[in-house]
Amino acid sequence: MVNEVMFYLIGTMILIFSVLTVTTRRILRAAVYLLFVLISTAGLYFMLNYNFLAAVQLTVYAGGIVVLIIFSILLTSHLSERAVIAPLKQSILSALATLAGATLTLMTILRFAFVPNPGVDPQFNMTDIGNSMVSYNRDGYALPFEVISILLLASMIGAIVVAKKERKIKE
Amino acid sequence: MIQNIPLSYFLVISTLMFFIGIYGFLTRRNLITMLMSIELILNSVNINFVAFNRYLYPQQLQGHFFMLIVIAVAAAESAVAIAIIINIYRNFKSVDVENVDEMKY
Amino acid sequence: MADYTYTLLIPLIPLFVFLLLGLTGHKMKPLVSGLIGSTGLGISAILSYATAFKYFIGSHVAGTGYASIKGFEVSWLHLTDKLTIHLGVLIDPISVMMLVVITTVSLMVHIYSIGYMKGDPGFYRFFSFLSLFSFSMLGLVLATNIFQMYIFWELVGVSSFLLIGYYYEKPSAVAASKKAFIVTRFADLGFLIGILMLSFNTGTFDFQTLTDPNGPAIASAGGAAFMGMSVLTWSLIFIFIGGAGKSAMFPFHIWLPDAMEGPTPVSALIHAATMVVAGVYLVARLFPVYALGAPDALMVVAWVGGFSSIFAAVIACTQTDIKRVLAFSTMSQIGYMMLSLGVSGYGGEEGLGFMASNFHLFTHAMFKALLFLGAGAVIHAVHTNEIGGMGNLRKHLPITHITFLIACVTIAGIPPFSAFFSKDEILTAAFHSNKLLFAIEYIVAGLTAFYMFRLYYGIFWGKNTQYHHTPKESPLVMTIPLMILAFGSVFAGFIPFHSLVTSDGLPFETKIDWLIAIPSVLIGVLGIVVATVMYKKENTLPDKVAGTFKHLYKWAYHKFYWDEIYLFVTRKIIYRHISEPIAWFDRHVIDATMNGVAGIVQYTSYAIKGFQSGRLQQYAFVFVSGTVVLVLIFVYLV
Repeated sequence: MVNEVMFYLIGTMILIFSVLTVTTRRILRAAVYLLFVLISTAGLYFMLNYNFLAAVQLTVYAGGIVVLIIFSILLTSHLSERAVIAPLKQSILSALATLAGATLTLMTILRFAFVPNPGVDPQFNMTDIGNSMVSYNRDGYALPFEVISILLLASMIGAIVVAKKERKIKE
Repeated sequence: MIQNIPLSYFLVISTLMFFIGIYGFLTRRNLITMLMSIELILNSVNINFVAFNRYLYPQQLQGHFFMLIVIAVAAAESAVAIAIIINIYRNFKSVDVENVDEMKY
Repeated sequence: MADYTYTLLIPLIPLFVFLLLGLTGHKMKPLVSGLIGSTGLGISAILSYATAFKYFIGSHVAGTGYASIKGFEVSWLHLTDKLTIHLGVLIDPISVMMLVVITTVSLMVHIYSIGYMKGDPGFYRFFSFLSLFSFSMLGLVLATNIFQMYIFWELVGVSSFLLIGYYYEKPSAVAASKKAFIVTRFADLGFLIGILMLSFNTGTFDFQTLTDPNGPAIASAGGAAFMGMSVLTWSLIFIFIGGAGKSAMFPFHIWLPDAMEGPTPVSALIHAATMVVAGVYLVARLFPVYALGAPDALMVVAWVGGFSSIFAAVIACTQTDIKRVLAFSTMSQIGYMMLSLGVSGYGGEEGLGFMASNFHLFTHAMFKALLFLGAGAVIHAVHTNEIGGMGNLRKHLPITHITFLIACVTIAGIPPFSAFFSKDEILTAAFHSNKLLFAIEYIVAGLTAFYMFRLYYGIFWGKNTQYHHTPKESPLVMTIPLMILAFGSVFAGFIPFHSLVTSDGLPFETKIDWLIAIPSVLIGVLGIVVATVMYKKENTLPDKVAGTFKHLYKWAYHKFYWDEIYLFVTRKIIYRHISEPIAWFDRHVIDATMNGVAGIVQYTSYAIKGFQSGRLQQYAFVFVSGTVVLVLIFVYLV
């Protein structure tokens, strides 16, 4: 019972805050609303008993990315700057496209009867997840781990190079 | 799994979040708000993965790892995107997406 | 069978000289280019004489005739199994004779031009064009089949165009060259139609097959008929139209007087001795077909020739420009040759006309070239073309005077000079065939003597004109050709043409028919006497005569207004009613279609340009909606 109430609450929060993110005119508030969306999602993961994933979500997404976004907002605009809203034609057209897409997707999904697996919930602790991450057996995820580390390296270097200030040429 | 909550509820939430993110991407003028919409989209995908993992394949960890990888990619991508936005701000003195339409006919 | 392959060199040497001078002539000193041109042609001339000697004397067996031999032939275009176009060399009495004529006159003109064109800036260009012309004309006479002759026919037309328009900065010269080319090209359309008809009906282009008396060509004369005449006759008439254009026969004569805008050596070479006789040569080449298969066509040839000769003679009596008088004289003499071919039969005594025509061609080349080169020497000395600006030149230009006088006496038909023999044969042939044509030619003989001596007296006798500077005799390089040609005019009459060049290749006996010879000499003498009375000393008799025949004089002076008639037809009728609508159609329908296509493309590209707007959100929108649509189609509708 409590679970259901919590679920509905979190779901509603997610949806309302995401709508607010995309429609508010104040940019910094949009960032904050995004933060709330991400925290609610973490809450959802906690409810599903995926503690590790929830922790990662909070740390990386809510703690890293949103902070980064707030920094860049502060770097590129005034605090009181109001965002320009799109012309009416564009909003209506995109709303229509979005609605059409949403309807289509929902229809497709809800038609299909997903049969949940009645098995027992296993408890995954950190050791299992960690072993899985670096093992190279059939269930191991060593390769994606390596790939993602290279990706992070590349993006780090790329971001530094792109955002570097141009060095002034000595006269 | 959460008792009495069927899988489709999660899927509805994630679908709606996905399309709200798309609406935001198509409508917002500020580059950084567009980036935030992209984060919404990626987040909705994450919820999808986790829900499927929980309800359909509780013994396996594939959903977990996919979600971890998606988070990592999203982080990397926002970092690079923000670097580019800073560069655009330096050159165009604004982050309005209508100003970056140089590559046209 | 003797080997005549070396005759291939005769046209090829001038071609090589043309290329050499054309491409590198501007680097040479002018005199060097003149010498190269003359040497090349000299070698061709020596080879031609050797060929003539070999063909007529060397390898000839007494008693038999002269056969036509193919010296060289190569297959050029293979069109169908039956129809192939060859290129080659045909050795035949008339072609050997023409070789001698062309190379001799061309060589004389080359040597003369070294002196005449001295100081002209385009000296090497002149000699390269002269060599091109020699190559084309030699190729024409050596053609083995009618298509090769057509190719060289057009080449001759091009060379004539280039040479008439040599002084390309003068608008009148440019107009004259265009006129010559267009008129002859127009006549060549008839020629081409004739060739196609002839070869379609007989299945061959080759001259040896066509002119074989037992061959398919002449047999097809009895074949299909169209409007009363056989197809063969029609095709031969069309071919004759082409010949008439090149030979300046009526009504295609309008280009010849204007062609005198070219330098005088050009007039001597092309418009007196060689190119204008190409039409005569064509009829002579196809003569067996004409005589045996289509006598009606031969009748057309004779009457066109006769009418042209009297037409030209009347006009020549009134002209005041030396070169125009000589041009009309050429037209008249070629009329003689055409008429002679037209009244001729085939074989033996019947073929007198054929033999006489070729004989007259030979002698005419000599004396007409001499007349033109002499006129050139006079023009070179006094710097004007009009008779009115000349007079009493016999003291200043002695050699020119003597050679010019020899040529005038020759053309008047006085024995023992060469033209007496050839003209007499023509008159005899005409007399035995058609009395009216004989009468026309008889009168023309008198008129010829009259206007030539009118010209002679006008230049060398008469009033003592004051000149800006005393006219000097031309240098030796110009007078030597005059003397050589005078020698030819005097003695060429003694060549026994009746045993060398005949219609069927076999010799026949001929003698002078005094019944005709004496009256022809008398009328020539009468013409000279009348001219002497009227023109030797300055008096008012010519003006009185002109006053009596006022209208005739005016019409003849304006060349019977044929130029004006042609201009009227082209401007008012062809331009306005045919060319302009076609041009309108071309500009407004065809071009408009092309422009329309381009316009539609441009409009479409502007319309779809908007897709590449550079706006990120538009791209994303298209992406999303496209995906939605595709999903809709493929998941729900298909």
